[in-house]
Amino acid sequence: MESICVLMPIPMNSYLEQELQKRFNLLKLWTAPQKPQFIKEHADSIRAVVGNSAAGADAELIEALPRLEIVSSFSVGVDKINLAKCREKGIRVTNTPDVLTEDVADLAIGLMLAVLRRLCESDRYVRSGKWKRGDYKLTTKFSGKTVGIIGLGRIGMAVAKRAEAFNCPICYYSRTEKSDTKYKYYPSVVELASNCQILVVACPLTEETRHIVNREVMNALGPKGVLINIGRGPHVDEPELVSALIEGRLGGAGLDVYEHEPEVPEELFGLENVVLLPHVGSATVETRKEMADLVLGNLEAHFSNKPLLTPLV
Amino acid sequence: MASDQATTPPPPPPEIQSHDLPKVILLHPPPVFKYFKDHFSKKFHLLKAWESPLPLHEFLTNHAHSIQAMLCSGTGPSISADILRLLPSLRLVVTTSAGLNHIDLTECRNRGISIANAGEVFSEDVADLAVGLLIDVFRKISASDRYVRHGLWATKGDYPLGSKLGGKRIGIVGLGSIGFQVAKRLEAFGCNISYNSRKRKDLVSYPFYTNVCELAANSDVLIICCGLTEQTRHMINREVLLAMGKEGIVVNIGRGAIIHEKELVQCLVQGEIGGAGLDVFENEPNVPKELFELDNVVLAPHMAVFTTESFKDLCDLMIGNLEAFFSKKPLLSPVMNE
Repeated sequence: MESICVLMPIPMNSYLEQELQKRFNLLKLWTAPQKPQFIKEHADSIRAVVGNSAAGADAELIEALPRLEIVSSFSVGVDKINLAKCREKGIRVTNTPDVLTEDVADLAIGLMLAVLRRLCESDRYVRSGKWKRGDYKLTTKFSGKTVGIIGLGRIGMAVAKRAEAFNCPICYYSRTEKSDTKYKYYPSVVELASNCQILVVACPLTEETRHIVNREVMNALGPKGVLINIGRGPHVDEPELVSALIEGRLGGAGLDVYEHEPEVPEELFGLENVVLLPHVGSATVETRKEMADLVLGNLEAHFSNKPLLTPLV
Repeated sequence: MASDQATTPPPPPPEIQSHDLPKVILLHPPPVFKYFKDHFSKKFHLLKAWESPLPLHEFLTNHAHSIQAMLCSGTGPSISADILRLLPSLRLVVTTSAGLNHIDLTECRNRGISIANAGEVFSEDVADLAVGLLIDVFRKISASDRYVRHGLWATKGDYPLGSKLGGKRIGIVGLGSIGFQVAKRLEAFGCNISYNSRKRKDLVSYPFYTNVCELAANSDVLIICCGLTEQTRHMINREVLLAMGKEGIVVNIGRGAIIHEKELVQCLVQGEIGGAGLDVFENEPNVPKELFELDNVVLAPHMAVFTTESFKDLCDLMIGNLEAFFSKKPLLSPVMNE
């Protein structure tokens, strides 16, 4: 298989790169001085693309690679892959579900605790010497707060299970009500936001869910409400989020994703009711290895004509 | 509006003379006073030793002879045998803490002085903080929040990977009310729980270790949830920490002195253990400055109980205990002095 060309647009994981290099001919697009030129040169030999949450395969790239057979994403979210185009051309698509569910759910709870209990702020308080001058102020209890989840899929359910251990009542919004769950369903995100204290975004990013958290939702969540985004940046209207936080219409936010990563609105840097993480939902040594093994396993299966491990298309 | 020929307003109710209220002595303002002082002063005549120009012993000798009840906290002077001897009529000490290490329990037992503490009123908040600190250390939350706020994500790229919680072996030191709440929460993250306690707890199925070193040898994380006593002082020392191995993490929401702080700092600085989440220190509010250089350490200013909800519940409980005492009813959260 060493002659099969696999294109990787940006660096994402050294173990994955090493293993791809061992088994295939790995083409690292980011090392090319002229990217469009590089693509043209290798267009006839690239049979696979390995993408992630930041870079996938848009219509333009797919069109430029006539021999593309499979896009294997080092992520569970595939909003950067033009699925319709892949279906049209018979290109297979795989992602990395399940292996990262726990890490992302753990981080969601970590963000809730960090925002409500001001973990980052009080760590700063100690490091700056301010503790010598007086105690930190009172923060807000997490246990028992109502958690509202947008999207009750694998990650949403894992968040719910963890929050329940803190005696948090759970409610949710999803496209259709789930019959096999005891959690309270709300038919709209605004209603969900009006009835919970912590709102978590845990659905996939599609045309329908872009800006699903908008000004109206944030106002409904309110001055004591906290927004946790472990989905995709475009789920939230970011300029509206910034003004809601600055004006106090929204109580706080824990963010792992942003509309234009790695850019983060600087107005948020001075706010003590906000925690800002650099898209680390699945960023543990253990999980990234499992994700990489899934990517490798899917590619090997495809090129040996075996069933794909985690196909989406 | 037309001139006011309104009836004269009713006379204000006669002021409750504070000396009609039951007397309670305090040596030092407890943290809960900052927010709820009036709740207490409405119901009790408070003798505030710190407001007197007299040195403490003189104040007590002159003013506290007939005082039956004291309200104290973990901050301020210890309630030592010396101080207790200057309070010959004392029958009750109410402390706003769960911890009792600042009270001479032997002297209280000998004198028949009852003690009431914070009971389980903030067990959830303390457990929440322990879990928050642990997730922060494993997933580098505070460190990467700093990274983003310094603009480094755009310039230096992704932050180094953290470590998964699921499957990690958690050793809980002290499976009381707080330790049990910590265990229950971490089980939902797929962690494996074991513990060490003075006595095995028959109602739980977690593996029990008779000594803390053995617990550490079988754990990836130690969470200190026990009280500070002569037996537990410096119990978590270099030997215990190293038993966890290079990736070992310690979280302390008990008392600073349960950990040998110098040895902990040395282990962290030398990279001999993986990290720490600390809410308490040996000499608060002083924190060893070597820790400020480390990104694998999360520091909190002894704030595990400092939430508006806990403080309100605490206020109600403290007042409830004092009212029960003065109306000769059973205390709400008595400490069984073993």
